[in-house]
This record gives sequence, structure tokens and C-alpha cells, in this order.
Amino acid sequence: MDLLNIFIKSAFIENLALAYFLGMCSYLAVSKTVRTAFGLGLAVIFVLGITIPINWIIDHYLLSENGLFGMDLTFLRFILFIAVIASMVQLVEMVVERFSPTLYNALGIFLPLITVNCAILGGSLFMISKEYNFAESVAFGLGGGFGWFLAIVAIAAIREKIRYSNVPAPLRGLGIAFIITGFMGMSFMALMGIDPAALIK
Amino acid sequence: MANTTVQQDTQVKEPIISFGKKERKLLLDPLNDNNPITVQVLGICSALAVTTLLLKAVTMALAVIFVLAFSNLFTSLLRNYIPKEVRMIAQLIIIATLVTVVALALKAWDYPLYKELSVFVGLIITNCIVMGRLEAFALANKPWPSFIDGIGNALGYSIILIMIATVRELFGKGTIMGWKIIGPTSEYLLNTSSLSWLSWYQPNNLMVLFPSAMFVLGVIIWLHRSWNRKLIDVS
Repeated sequence: MDLLNIFIKSAFIENLALAYFLGMCSYLAVSKTVRTAFGLGLAVIFVLGITIPINWIIDHYLLSENGLFGMDLTFLRFILFIAVIASMVQLVEMVVERFSPTLYNALGIFLPLITVNCAILGGSLFMISKEYNFAESVAFGLGGGFGWFLAIVAIAAIREKIRYSNVPAPLRGLGIAFIITGFMGMSFMALMGIDPAALIK
Repeated sequence: MANTTVQQDTQVKEPIISFGKKERKLLLDPLNDNNPITVQVLGICSALAVTTLLLKAVTMALAVIFVLAFSNLFTSLLRNYIPKEVRMIAQLIIIATLVTVVALALKAWDYPLYKELSVFVGLIITNCIVMGRLEAFALANKPWPSFIDGIGNALGYSIILIMIATVRELFGKGTIMGWKIIGPTSEYLLNTSSLSWLSWYQPNNLMVLFPSAMFVLGVIIWLHRSWNRKLIDVS
């Protein structure tokens, strides 16, 4: 129950994109059509679900005081986390290419892009600051990825529609995308009062 | 492999450090025509998350100026020694080291501020401006112009950050840098409760929440593009 709780909370209430501004660069750059947004969203779920547990293991068994080296190495967190993310992305890319060429084609160029998506590193850093245990960090990774996926697919759908609207010229493209995201954030804020535990019962 | 990048450097012998027209363009272009936030749409996440207070925005801006200038400089110094296949990881490690330095310095200097910036200091690593400038500029240019380019782009980022933060702090909390400017008690410079025509005014809490950051940036982009019309999106 607790894990489902964390999943729902990280997907809807503390949405990485619409409450913490994470991954905004790719969120805006890749949301011009639903198809590409869908691909990137899937890739983010994938990579977040893998890197957050791995970074949890690294943080607890290598960097913490009672870990393998017996000293506090937490100042190495940034370097190790980003190295893990970069290499995991590369590994996932190779595995997906080998076993599922269709998925690989769907994800295409987005997999390597994900290394510098702040939502991924941000997810790992939040996992540390919220002091989750292993199972919780898995739930948090999947939930966070799903929330981000929802946000990018939603904005891509809206942007596809709005192409035919009469937006003032200087606001066209980027400007209106920001303002729509603001409204989406407002509507997600409405979910803030929800107690996920009560929802599941 | 490395020779492909060297070719661009074999031009006329120039002094290592100089400040002429070219450098001025590198420094000033990102402030307007090529602004990293409003034109290139890079580094949005941190720009929006830290702008609830001007102090946080200024700290973040200084951190990014430091990281971007020096990562550009170091990458440019190493550009002929980094093999093309591993350049991403090499760049990320340069950036991550500099960010660790910033984070530790901030932790030692002002711990409450460090806590308030939370994960966003660490997220300078994945700030796309840094990675973008390394890929687009530092890998193909000499150290000094790269350094200037880093400072210019970081300034372009800072200027937008400071604009957003000023608006959000002034209308959200009635303060600027912690100085009380406009509010309903006599502590504030402009006491709204004593002015009958302004007594309706209340600091708007929405301004410190997520949506307002989006609206303020959207409006800044709108104003910027109506003033500089060649930036209008025609697609």
C-alpha cells in the first residue's frame, strides 16, 4: 500500500515536470508532436526506473559511512550519479537495440538525449533528500517517470491543437507553450490536497 | 580523430588574451539576440525553480557564471586530447567536479541558503546551457574565446533569472532581496493599509508557486519578441 502511495504521490501530486520544473528543456523542445513526445516519455520512465534504484544502491553501499569503504564519500555523489546515468543510458540503448528493434526505433534519438535531462538526475537527488528505502525508490522512479510522461504527452496534444489558433505573433511557439504549461501546473495544483492513502482504500 | 577540431585553429596568430570586437560580440550576443533562455530554450528548469526569491536567483546566477566559464575554459584546453567517443562523459565529469566545488563552498558559507536551493545546485550539472556551450563552442575554439563565451551565456541566463525573480518576489512577498517594499503593515516602505486608494492590495501567493513562473517567463518572451521582431517563431 505504501509503495502505491508513493507511486501516486510522485506521479500526480509532486509531478517532476509540473511541480518541480524538472526536465523542462526537453519537455519544451520535444513536445511539438504527440508521437515524439510519447517516445521521449517512454524513454524517461525506462531510465528513471532503472537509474534511481542503481543510484540508491551506490549511495548506500559505496558512499555512505557504513558502506564498503567505511568512510563518508557523499561529496562524490554528483560525479558518480551522473556517470551512472550516462553509462546506464548507453547500456539501455544497446540492450534495447539488441532485443527490441521496434522499441529502439520508437525511442530513436531520445535515449542519448536523456543523459542531460534534469528530471533523471533530479529524481536521484530527490530520492536522497527524501530518504527512501530501496523498494520506495523503485516506486518513486516509476511514478516520477509516469508523471513526466503524462505531462509531456498532454502538452504535446495541446500544442498540436493550438497550431491552428490565432496566437499573437510574438507569443507563437515558445511563449504560448510556457503559458499553457502554467495553466497545466495550476490544474495539477488542484491535486495537492489529495491524500493518496485514502484514495487507495 | 582529434585533428578534425584542430583545423579551425590554424588561422592567423593571435594574442592569447585580447578583448576586441569579436570578444565583445561573444559577450553581448547572448544577452539579446541569442539569449540562452528566451531564444535557445536551454536551462529552463533551474531558471524557474530558484526564482521565488531574488537572493536565491542571484546565488544561482553566480554559481552558473562560475561553472560555465570554467567548464568552457577547461574543455577548450583539453579539446585536442578528448577522444570523440567519450566526450560526453569527459564533459560531464568536468562539469560535475566544478559543481561539487560550488556546492561545497555554498554549504560552508551559507548553509540555510544551500538547504533552500536543495537539489537545484546539483542540477547545474544537467543544465543544458553548460552542455550546449561545451558541445557548440568550447570543443572547437581556443580557451580565451571559450571563457568569454561562457561568461556571456551565463550573463544572458542571469539577466532573465533576475528579471523573473524580481517580479515574483515583489508581487508574491512584497519584498526585494529581503527589503520590505510593499505590504499592509507600517514595516513596509509602501504601506498599503494607510493609502485608501491602495488598500485592496495583497501580496499574491500564487506568484511564488509553479504557474506564475511559467506566466512571467511567457510574458518576458512575449515582450522580448515584440521588441526584437526577428526572433518571432514563423514555423
